Amino acid sequence: MSPFLAMLRRDLRISARTGGSILTVALFFTLVGALMPFAVGPDRALLARLGPGIVWIAALLALLIAIDRLFRADHEDGTLAALRLAPISLEAIVFAKLIAHWLLTALPLIVITPLLAVLFGLDGDATLRLLLTLLIGTPSLTAFAAIGGALTVSIGRGGLLAPVLILPLCVPTLIFGVAAATPGLPGSDGAALLYLAAFTLLALVIAPFAAALALKMAAD
Amino acid sequence: MSINPAGMGFLSRLAHPGHFLAWSRGWIAPLSWIATALFALGLWLAFFASPEDYQMGGTVRIMYVHVPNAWLAQLCYAIMAVASIGTLVWRHPLAEVAAKAAAPLGAAFTAIALVTGSLWGRPTWGTFWEWDGRMTSTLVLLFIYLGIIALWRSLDDQGRAGRLVAVLTLVGAINIPIVKFSVDWWQTLHQPASILRAGGPSMPFSILAPLLTMTLAFTFLFLALHIVAMRTEIVRRRVDAMQRRHAAELGIEQ
Repeated sequence: MSPFLAMLRRDLRISARTGGSILTVALFFTLVGALMPFAVGPDRALLARLGPGIVWIAALLALLIAIDRLFRADHEDGTLAALRLAPISLEAIVFAKLIAHWLLTALPLIVITPLLAVLFGLDGDATLRLLLTLLIGTPSLTAFAAIGGALTVSIGRGGLLAPVLILPLCVPTLIFGVAAATPGLPGSDGAALLYLAAFTLLALVIAPFAAALALKMAAD
Repeated sequence: MSINPAGMGFLSRLAHPGHFLAWSRGWIAPLSWIATALFALGLWLAFFASPEDYQMGGTVRIMYVHVPNAWLAQLCYAIMAVASIGTLVWRHPLAEVAAKAAAPLGAAFTAIALVTGSLWGRPTWGTFWEWDGRMTSTLVLLFIYLGIIALWRSLDDQGRAGRLVAVLTLVGAINIPIVKFSVDWWQTLHQPASILRAGGPSMPFSILAPLLTMTLAFTFLFLALHIVAMRTEIVRRRVDAMQRRHAAELGIEQ
């Protein structure tokens, strides 16, 4: 097995054996979504219009909450220092961890999304659209989460710092994601989806290098 | 520094903080005087020698403060991005100091640009805040500045903080143009272009003259403030190092 796959398997297996945390992130996502009608009122038309935006904000918040799980434990117990001796580069390791983190945090949210879509009264077409944009857009959020997590890994009480650092950088994902998911907006006919995909690809290219650099800086 | 006499010579000589302190001392007064003179000229031009706009009336004069600050908001980030490359590639000690000193200045210029823009927007657009492309991306820029300052302040080890902030600054430098593009795109998506554009393409010289003078004045103000802030940061690090040494010596004596 290649070191890259071994890394991926390791992260997935650790999460499977410790359990719990996937459920927490997914539960948080559902709660944020389900609480929103209490804030804006149970008007069905309004909820159907706001639905995609609410789901995107809930996904953004849930993924930000999970940032600390990316590198912190591995940094604190010295695993990251040991991994720097691995036969593959730290950038590749970060990329493997990024994929594992996306599978563990973002994918469950996407699986739950149809449930929220029912709560918001989105029709089948709108739900599929929303799922597609989340599938294409959330990797960019995970990529920025990796940068934020790596930057704050050496700060004892990282807490809210990482989200504060990367939230402004996530603006394009939110704009293109919601535009592509909302039927009726002029940009929803493909352009927004393509921009979203382009942004995700760019973020995935930058993130492993920036995060690996930050991890090296933090360990020095 | 005879190893590298050309090109980097000047920069590597400045790498020694003591050299920089000595070299920069002479610059503060001239820069401050030039800024003061330009401000005097610019304010005179703005208030007495320029006409009111036929559409905007007297509020056009807010632009003479707004535009220079908006320009400096971006210049500051560009300087921080260049300094970050200096930090990561050459580990130039002065680059770190320059980046750290520029961040609060950039945040302040961005905030002033937003506030003046909003004050101008009230009589012109009828609202303090419009989700206009430029205003929105400037707001995002302010958040990025504040995030950078927060990261500086949450690490005790300033060397490590400098390198981490440099990574963040460069990621921001790649991302800010995309944010700008996406916000513009989003703005045209949600509201058709109904907003008055300031000035228009053909600005009369009487408006252009105070605008350029004030831009130069603010730029010189920035240069003077930046040098002072860099010197303060160097002195602060020295005091910090002395206190550590002192504390260590006390520990040995006991």
